[in-house]
Amino acid sequence: MTTADAAPAKGGTGIWRLGLLLVAGVLVLIDMYLIFGYAPTERSMGIVQRLFYFHVPVILTSFLSFALAALGSVLYLVRRNRAWDRLAYASAEVGVVFFTSAIITGAVWAKPVWNTWWVWDANGTLTFVLWLIFIGYLMVRAYAPDAERGRRWSAVTAIIGAATVPFVYMAADWWGGLHPERVTGPGAQGSLEREMLLTLLFSFVTFIVLFAALIAERYALRSDEDAIEELRLAAA
Amino acid sequence: MRETLRAALTIYAKDVRLELRTRETLFSVLAFALVVAFIFTFAFEPSPQLIASIGPGIVWVAYIFTAVLGINRTFLLEHERGTLDGLRLAPVPREALYLGKLLSVVTLLVTVEALMLPAFLVLYDLSLFNVWFIAIAFAATVGIAAVGTLFSAIAVHTRAREVLLPILFLPVALPLLIGAVTGSREALDGEGWSGVGGWLQLIVAFDIVFLVLSSLVFEYVLEE
Repeated sequence: MTTADAAPAKGGTGIWRLGLLLVAGVLVLIDMYLIFGYAPTERSMGIVQRLFYFHVPVILTSFLSFALAALGSVLYLVRRNRAWDRLAYASAEVGVVFFTSAIITGAVWAKPVWNTWWVWDANGTLTFVLWLIFIGYLMVRAYAPDAERGRRWSAVTAIIGAATVPFVYMAADWWGGLHPERVTGPGAQGSLEREMLLTLLFSFVTFIVLFAALIAERYALRSDEDAIEELRLAAA
Repeated sequence: MRETLRAALTIYAKDVRLELRTRETLFSVLAFALVVAFIFTFAFEPSPQLIASIGPGIVWVAYIFTAVLGINRTFLLEHERGTLDGLRLAPVPREALYLGKLLSVVTLLVTVEALMLPAFLVLYDLSLFNVWFIAIAFAATVGIAAVGTLFSAIAVHTRAREVLLPILFLPVALPLLIGAVTGSREALDGEGWSGVGGWLQLIVAFDIVFLVLSSLVFEYVLEE
């Protein structure tokens, strides 16, 4: 652990972060207009289909957060650079929020369309399992006897969680094969209207920028915390 | 490699000797398994038709809850009596410690699962004496022990020990549970390799991946 590594965030990055947050805010507003004002109402599913522009980008951003957490965890254990741990921690925190939104929007959308709140297909199962693993990740950090062990143990949790992804997907997929009720769904529809596609693409950009802004915020917070810990150790 | 194996067997022998002298863990875990199996009788009022569909589920819920309880105890004695510090100082590879504890957990769980077979027969008229069921059960138990041993080494040092282990362990072990329940149902329906084989392969692949990965990351868990 080096002192330079845990140095507090410079004033410059603060302005940069604020800018990113503002851009994300503006994009969200435009995206809301596109979703509710610009995109046409889907014929068979009706108004509830507008959740699509929210749900799909949020799901993909959630999976991105898990990939970042796993990557940060591997690099932290190998390199022992606290920056990687901060990235993993920030991804897990933001990831829990995104996974929760993905699960809620998925359920609200599934109820009118499939007449059930939840379907245990491969994607639904994987989303739920990764959400639980992130909760476990945060709990390990909260309950560890000291911060250093919390960092190592949570990294191990994220790595083991990442290794289980293909197994959960395959097992749930085969298991779902025994319950063939589900044949229709949002994935089964034909090509999208041009306005719908444009809105969806814009939503992707919006949520990725929002995600990046939130990660940057949490990362900066963790940097400050690490710096304070460093100072406390130095003072003791 | 041979040195690792010898050290692992020494740790395993210590656990077995300790258990043979105290007989604490085996009987408490077995009693718990019996209680879970018995509770289900009243939860479901099982008829023969119902057992044909939910029997494997009952068996595996009982097995996996029992596993959580048994695994929670894996490092408990070590933690309480400071044995872990001694083991950590021992000049043996970290993998040896993991492998030794893993063998103890597998032995404990397989013993409890075997002793539960007559209980399921009596309580539910569910005969599990089936070679494919036993193959599935053994493979799944190895996977349960592989993940469980690693997470129990983390959970034992935390304040929320009893809660943290199942929260970390059960989501990761979900593929095993799905494979074990569905594979067991196929086996009990009289299917051979054609029905059971796919699930068995999935479980064995899980075992291999998590045995290797867990023994690799185990040193990051123990390190002071």
